[in-house]
Amino acid sequence: MADLITLTIDGRKLKVPAGTLVIEAAKQAGIEIPAFCYYEGFSLQAACRMCLVEVEKMPKLQPSCTLPAADGMVVHTESPKVADARKGMLEFLLTNHPLDCPVCDKGGECELQDMVFRYGAGESRFTEIKYHQDEKQWSPLVYYDPARCILCYRCVRVCDEGLGVGALGLTYRGVAAEITPSHGDHLECDECGWCIDVCPVGALTSGTYRYQSRPWEMNHTGTICTHCADGCKTTLSVRNGAIIRANNRDRSGYNGEFLCVKGRFGYDFVHSGERLQSPMIRKNGKLEPVSWSEALAAVATKFSEIKARGGKFGVIGSTRTTNEENYYLQKFARQGLGTASVDHHRTGDVPALIDALSGKTDALAAMADLYQAKAALVIGADLAQQHPLIAYQLRANYRHHKMAAYLVNPGASREEQYAKKSVHAPPGKEMEAVASLAGELKGHEDLVVIFGASLRGEGVRQLVSFGDTLGIPVKYVCLVDYSNSRGAMDMGLVPELLPGYRSVREAGMEPGLALDEMLAAKDLDALWAVGANPLESAELASSAAFVVVQDLFLTETARRAEVVLPAQSAYEKNGTVTSVTGEVQKLKAGAKVMGTKADLEIMGLIAKEMGLNLGIWSPDKVFEEIRRTVRGYNIPLPVVATGGAAQTTPVNGRVPAMPRPEHIRPSGDTLFTSGTLGRYSKRLSSVMEAPGELFKG
Amino acid sequence: MLYNEPSPHETRILTRRLVYPQAEPIGYEQYAAQQGYEALRKALAMTPDAIIDEVKKSSLRGRGGAGFPAGMKWSFVDRKSPKPKYIVVNADEGEPGTCKDRIILENEPHRLIEGCVIAARAIGAERGWIYIRGEYRRMIETMDRAIAEAYQQGILGANVLGSGTRFDLYTHTGAGSYECGEESALLESLEGKRGNPRLKPPFPATSGAFQCPTIVNNVETFSAVPDIIMNGGDWYAALGAPRNGGTRLFCLSGHVNKPGVYELPMGYNLLRMINDVGGGIRGGKKLKAVVPGGSSCPILKAEECDIAMDFDTLAKAGSMLGSGGVIILDETTDMVKFLYRTMKFYAHESCGWCIPCREGTAWLKKILERLDAGVGVSKDLDMVDQLAQSMFGRTFCALGDAAAMPAMSIIRKFRAEFEERIRSAQVFIPAPETRPLVVL
Repeated sequence: MADLITLTIDGRKLKVPAGTLVIEAAKQAGIEIPAFCYYEGFSLQAACRMCLVEVEKMPKLQPSCTLPAADGMVVHTESPKVADARKGMLEFLLTNHPLDCPVCDKGGECELQDMVFRYGAGESRFTEIKYHQDEKQWSPLVYYDPARCILCYRCVRVCDEGLGVGALGLTYRGVAAEITPSHGDHLECDECGWCIDVCPVGALTSGTYRYQSRPWEMNHTGTICTHCADGCKTTLSVRNGAIIRANNRDRSGYNGEFLCVKGRFGYDFVHSGERLQSPMIRKNGKLEPVSWSEALAAVATKFSEIKARGGKFGVIGSTRTTNEENYYLQKFARQGLGTASVDHHRTGDVPALIDALSGKTDALAAMADLYQAKAALVIGADLAQQHPLIAYQLRANYRHHKMAAYLVNPGASREEQYAKKSVHAPPGKEMEAVASLAGELKGHEDLVVIFGASLRGEGVRQLVSFGDTLGIPVKYVCLVDYSNSRGAMDMGLVPELLPGYRSVREAGMEPGLALDEMLAAKDLDALWAVGANPLESAELASSAAFVVVQDLFLTETARRAEVVLPAQSAYEKNGTVTSVTGEVQKLKAGAKVMGTKADLEIMGLIAKEMGLNLGIWSPDKVFEEIRRTVRGYNIPLPVVATGGAAQTTPVNGRVPAMPRPEHIRPSGDTLFTSGTLGRYSKRLSSVMEAPGELFKG
Repeated sequence: MLYNEPSPHETRILTRRLVYPQAEPIGYEQYAAQQGYEALRKALAMTPDAIIDEVKKSSLRGRGGAGFPAGMKWSFVDRKSPKPKYIVVNADEGEPGTCKDRIILENEPHRLIEGCVIAARAIGAERGWIYIRGEYRRMIETMDRAIAEAYQQGILGANVLGSGTRFDLYTHTGAGSYECGEESALLESLEGKRGNPRLKPPFPATSGAFQCPTIVNNVETFSAVPDIIMNGGDWYAALGAPRNGGTRLFCLSGHVNKPGVYELPMGYNLLRMINDVGGGIRGGKKLKAVVPGGSSCPILKAEECDIAMDFDTLAKAGSMLGSGGVIILDETTDMVKFLYRTMKFYAHESCGWCIPCREGTAWLKKILERLDAGVGVSKDLDMVDQLAQSMFGRTFCALGDAAAMPAMSIIRKFRAEFEERIRSAQVFIPAPETRPLVVL
């Protein structure tokens, strides 16, 4: 902590650490200094000159965004000279601004409008002809209107500094200066659209939202992105039940404003024309739409019949459904159907990590740790492609705190731009490369280790014992691929484990079939796939099996089904999900799609139809049960309820039964794919793949 | 080559080796035969501190325009820093009215090289660049040839004149931007980036080229150094005015009989400069105004011209000595057009980084274009002044000030002329051509 100094801003004496920028010091005192180009966390520009303040004993007005506070400094932020300067800047800005506010997307939430309203002049003296350039389309998702641009360089900085992409730059000079993609007329980037969000005016507009709505005509729902496992908060803007925009301008989640292309644009699968909106039953070999009651009765009857004759069930859960649904599904399977064959698409060996960390506390990294750690070791993961938020956190940590990054990857990755050391090692040889870094890693105060699916089982144990030899605090992140992959594991959607990593033997059962084994079992009587598409890449061996599918789309598995039940996506329901770092966050229903039901409700109704008592099936009640019964999930309710992230503290002991790591299959998704869901997002498939090699674990 | 005959009134220090007509640049042989590189030999025997002291004593002030004391600037470099130190020569001579650096680059490149090597010795630099504006194609070639000669003679390279220290010098071509004459924009451009100015502090002496301690000086500043080392700082200081040591090159242009580049002591009287050195106003006309140091300096009216040409005196008079580009305007000069032309230049050259300069210069240009065309209104005049004030002191770098200062000074000092233009305008504005919407 630097020494405190005292300065006076608008007559108020403030104590701030030496070197604090005056604009930040003022913010702490609740004094707002207007600025366009100043953007917290990014490099300083001093270009917009809106934040000029008067400092006593300095002849000229000073930009408060670059002026470090000094002891005894006396600052005036509202003096006539300052007010005149602000008015002057705004008048300059509006000279060539088209003032097409009535048809501008940004109208109503435009920083230029707000500034002119507060600080500007009512009339302009500008009577000349405006300089004009036509609007350009840079990509299917990003449009640029140079006439509206005020050149604050926020877009350039978030792209370059924030993401390491550097897709934007400045061309021409003087009044003709404009932002230009580094590829000339189009973007070849992550298409994250952050540039659009940070744009204070309507210069950068989104290809999906433009001309759709006025900002005040939408309801905003903060929920968790349903694509990858990073758990970014995304605020859905909903109009008439339809999501028309997603961003996180309120910085409510641990991701701040950061979102990748999936979080910002990948919501359009919700309103895809291919969404299932009615239950279907196979009649005469064809799937026919039927009523909910008919479909549910058919499932209940068949399930009861198979259960009664001791038939063989296979239950496959989802990596995107909520914790409540996953919990309820395994309860349904184990208690209701009496089967231990429960599994999901596993993408990382979390149980091995939890087992290896037994006896240690505070060894699982939270998302915030990635920004605070002094050093990071990334093993077998292309973070920029598969875990954009983790990649962003590490990069921000490097930018702000000079974190040392070490990479052990099969090939080049974007983190190499700033990594202290990068070793290329093929899968299976990682630990040797990791061992070679021991000397350097020991020199740091603490370390966070992030590893992909190529390390599993014994490899994870080796990694943890390597961490123990370093003699510094080490925290771990086991990467998993989808929004609730971690939650599915925690909720016991594996044959060997009950929720909270307890052995199924505790429930008097023997481990059942794993996913691949269910598909291969010739005598399987029923397959129940809840939000899963196992037949995408495999065949179902049992031709007589009664297949029930709950899904959003008519997937490969659904096409094989006897009964298809239209489910809701994460954006249409309430519940909780657990991110890759084990942090539980709340989903909030935003959109509505007619004819669908949440998976939890569907399962509850089947249970009711079968006469099973599995408890009340509302998300809140099930979550209460999870908090009570699942070890590690006794998290503070207010944190989750108010939209925060609460990290689970899983068992601090050995995991009694190990799920077999050979059933782990990393999804191999890139930045622009998202499993089955991604296929139904037109936007994700409309953008150009960013260059970059992807490591398959 | 030299473009004008020397004047008997000159004090020829910097230009003493040049003869008129000077057809070819002074090569190494000739330079060495006339005491060339002797200052360097002397400097190599001196400590870096002694060199800087000598330059400080000389009260040599930056010849690029700002007039910052060169010795002081050099002393800011932390010689103990583990980073490499760099020398950068600002040869991006772009200020309208200024054409002095080319005289040195074109005729006596070895003088500049010698100055650079001495400066490098003073700050412990092992590498330097001469950033030459792209339009100076011939000078770049001359410089390159001279640098090659210097390498052959062991003046540049791994072992400077057997001293055991290394110094490499390169030329670097600008791409035609006025802004790149601003030292931090020049460094950006040198690093291969867009020539936008940098945030200051840190100043180049702390973090300059490639984030290493760097001194950036004008061609003429470096070129003055060999004589200072040879004859001593006190000798040099005595040539000029108090705190304005030595002689400098003045570029007389405009309505004088003998325009050209003349070396005169600092503090030389402006009227004498016009009448004695420049041979008086062309065609026996009366003097109207003088821009004393390149287009960005506030203008002086004829009655203000009895003034000593040094940094401090001109600053007191509300103008600047700038880069030594003395533009002399006679009574026939159309001040409206003059200001319009000046502003057109700044609007064209504004880099666009900050709002007031980017938008202000363009707006001023449009108003002045109108005024010049005779379609101005009287409130335009106050507006020009007010807009210039909105820019002045509020822009990121000095380019905004450079545009605002002539605008403010000219519109204030010659307001009557602008008003007369508005009044007497007999402009016929044709009605817009009308066409039928539908042609039957």
